[in-house]
Amino acid sequence: MDFLTLIQLLDSTVRLATPLLLACLAGLFSERAGIFDIGLEGKMLAAAFFSAAVAALSGSVWVGLLAGIGASVALSLLHGLASITFRGNQLISGVAINFLAAGLTVLIAQDWFSQGGRTPSLMGGARFEPVSLPFAEALSAVPFLGPVYSELISGHSVLVYLAFATVPMTWWLLYRTRFGLRLRAVGENPAAVDTAGVSVIGLRYAAVIICGVLCGIAGAYLSTALQAGFVKDMSAGRGFIALAALIFAKWRPWYALWATLLFGLFGALETRPDVIQSLIGIKVQGQLLAALPYIMTVIILAGFVGKAIPPRAGGEPYVKER
Amino acid sequence: MTAPAIELKGISKAFGPVQANKDISIRVMPGTIHGIIGENGAGKSTLMSILYGFYKADKGEIFISGTKTEIPDSQAAIAAGIGMVFQHFKLVENFTVLENIILGAEDGGLLRPSLAKARKSLIGLAEEYGLNVDPDALIEEIGVGMQQRVEILKALYRQADILILDEPTGVLTPAEADQLFRILGRLREEGKTIILITHKLREIMEATDTVSVMRRGEMTATVKTSDTSPAELAELMVGRKVLLRVDKKPAAPGDVVLDIKGLRVVDDQKVERLKGIDLQVRAGEIVGIAGVAGNGQSELLEVLGGYADGTGVVTLNGQTLDLSGKHSDGRSRRGRGIGHVPEDRQREGLIMDFSAWENTAFGYHRAEAYQSGLLLNNQAIRNDTAEKMARFDVRPPNPALAAKNFSGGNQQKIVLAREIERNPDLLLIGQPTRGVDIGAIEFIHQQIVALRDQGKAILLVSVELEEILALADRVAVMFDGHIMGERLSSETDEKELGLLMAGVGS
Repeated sequence: MDFLTLIQLLDSTVRLATPLLLACLAGLFSERAGIFDIGLEGKMLAAAFFSAAVAALSGSVWVGLLAGIGASVALSLLHGLASITFRGNQLISGVAINFLAAGLTVLIAQDWFSQGGRTPSLMGGARFEPVSLPFAEALSAVPFLGPVYSELISGHSVLVYLAFATVPMTWWLLYRTRFGLRLRAVGENPAAVDTAGVSVIGLRYAAVIICGVLCGIAGAYLSTALQAGFVKDMSAGRGFIALAALIFAKWRPWYALWATLLFGLFGALETRPDVIQSLIGIKVQGQLLAALPYIMTVIILAGFVGKAIPPRAGGEPYVKER
Repeated sequence: MTAPAIELKGISKAFGPVQANKDISIRVMPGTIHGIIGENGAGKSTLMSILYGFYKADKGEIFISGTKTEIPDSQAAIAAGIGMVFQHFKLVENFTVLENIILGAEDGGLLRPSLAKARKSLIGLAEEYGLNVDPDALIEEIGVGMQQRVEILKALYRQADILILDEPTGVLTPAEADQLFRILGRLREEGKTIILITHKLREIMEATDTVSVMRRGEMTATVKTSDTSPAELAELMVGRKVLLRVDKKPAAPGDVVLDIKGLRVVDDQKVERLKGIDLQVRAGEIVGIAGVAGNGQSELLEVLGGYADGTGVVTLNGQTLDLSGKHSDGRSRRGRGIGHVPEDRQREGLIMDFSAWENTAFGYHRAEAYQSGLLLNNQAIRNDTAEKMARFDVRPPNPALAAKNFSGGNQQKIVLAREIERNPDLLLIGQPTRGVDIGAIEFIHQQIVALRDQGKAILLVSVELEEILALADRVAVMFDGHIMGERLSSETDEKELGLLMAGVGS
């Protein structure tokens, strides 16, 4: 494998890791507050559709992004209503949201665009274009560092940079601010938060709304940056892989970055079977690579690589007790 | 005259048809320790929950230092200078002490300044009240006594002048409890007002200045502690005269029923919990196992009850018991005539969401009388349960009620009825009266003694030394997986046993 192939492979790793990373951090906020969210997939899908549809109609990708975030937050609030206010089962609510999004997106797409459940192809300002970082052209001739900068670091959509910036921001918010302390506490022992005079319900809603915003960006990235338009079921299980990454990352922001990059690499390798064959001399089926994130998560959960302890109050609706 | 720190006037609160608090008035003067005593379900916790803003009273007024105060939520209670130490601590286990203390009382959006300030003030509080804790220790790594200190510090850090402690000694060793009362004494000297909720008469007598007694939602009396006696308080609590001592004849021990030789148990972490136990229990005697919790008593009950593996030789009526393998489980043990009232009745003795009749059948669900062809004869189980509940005075006597809806004492009676009514040769009992109110304690003790007088062998484990001395005919003290010594209970006292419990002595 030559150097340029490696750069290409890593470049595509970054692209594929971005939606996983955003969704994984979205799940992190929600689950750290004690609300399990298997509806990441559905929220991404809804956001992918609404951002592509509104971008197509308005001609502005930014308006599309807002629409995508709006759709995702709306579903988050639905999840919050079911699981926080009405103390319903969080898994069932999440599953319902996934089904709702899968059905509604295609239905509305057909009604609006009559293109068999897809949106028109996005062009020009309706799509996130790659951003060329300064001096990318000029530096590309520099050996080694040149291609790394111009091919790997430069030339991504603005959402990619945003996603990577979200990692330190999340870390800082969780571990250095009052909000983060309370958020982590409410996922561990909501009674401690409640008796300290802080609203459990308020914190948990805040968490699911942040989750909705990040999922919305992840979905918008799929349809307006990675692809040019929405197609049926385009989230393709990424919400679930993000959940796997969250467990793999033990609910920590920096680990989430490494986990999603790793899973992104598997995705990149899936499209380049020749690379693996040249590296290890065996032909590996793409399906195996696609399954690898789940297999690794099972191994992690089984406790082979350290312990993954989920937030203790996760999945439990908070009921005040005497 | 100074205004009372807390004055409640005519507080009433009903949950549906149940009147939890009826027209309660109480005055607590500043700088005193005021006890509130009552049986489980008397309404103590409801009253304190109203004071801490968890519930809203249907009627009545609250005055804090003479000012009428509304307390709609915990935040208002904290603002009014009230701090509460709950029976089950409200701490975040994987946070540090410091993080738990500032949670909800941070100054500003960033943590660093808040943590620095709390660290400084913690040093001050430690000096002032003798409340030393390591601010950087994780809660899950410190003992319950320390965790309780953190709860007290949490309240003090929030400038609480009034401290409410709900059954604070339930989880503490006697030494830790003594330490707690010393701290409370210091707090009183500094002018803090303390409300101590408990059902233990001894704590009231030792620690409080005044005491209020609650019974069935009503405040039956408020007296100066120095003017009253345990017997009088017990009578006020229960509403009738109570025997504080167990009335029993001397034991008439017969043949050896249980013979334990060289019993060892190693736990999952490969730690040896029992290091060679030798013990005999005869027919018609109660052998009490005393000791501070965690010295191997639980493991002893578990291996005898058939849900932990051990090595050694144990015989029952001369026949060997399997200590591991497929004949070492609860079913085999019951088949051999061993009844077991587990230490933690809510986890091991009952399924809390299941009804009393279902719980009564557990372990004995293969009994002939409960079968109807291939199916269980539910009606027969219900009828049987109703009879047992009547004999053991379980209230309310409703077999269809879920176990969690009974008070602690009545839950214990359900378990006892299930085990005793099977007429076992050997009864294992762990912590028979933990979390059980006085009226029920008396009844449970009588049942245990009655079983002994029928010539059954009883092995009793309790962390309450008083209970051991009152019930047991012979006492074995456990320390660090060994039996430190055996005494006849008529020939020993708390002091001697206390030394053995600490690992000192023969």
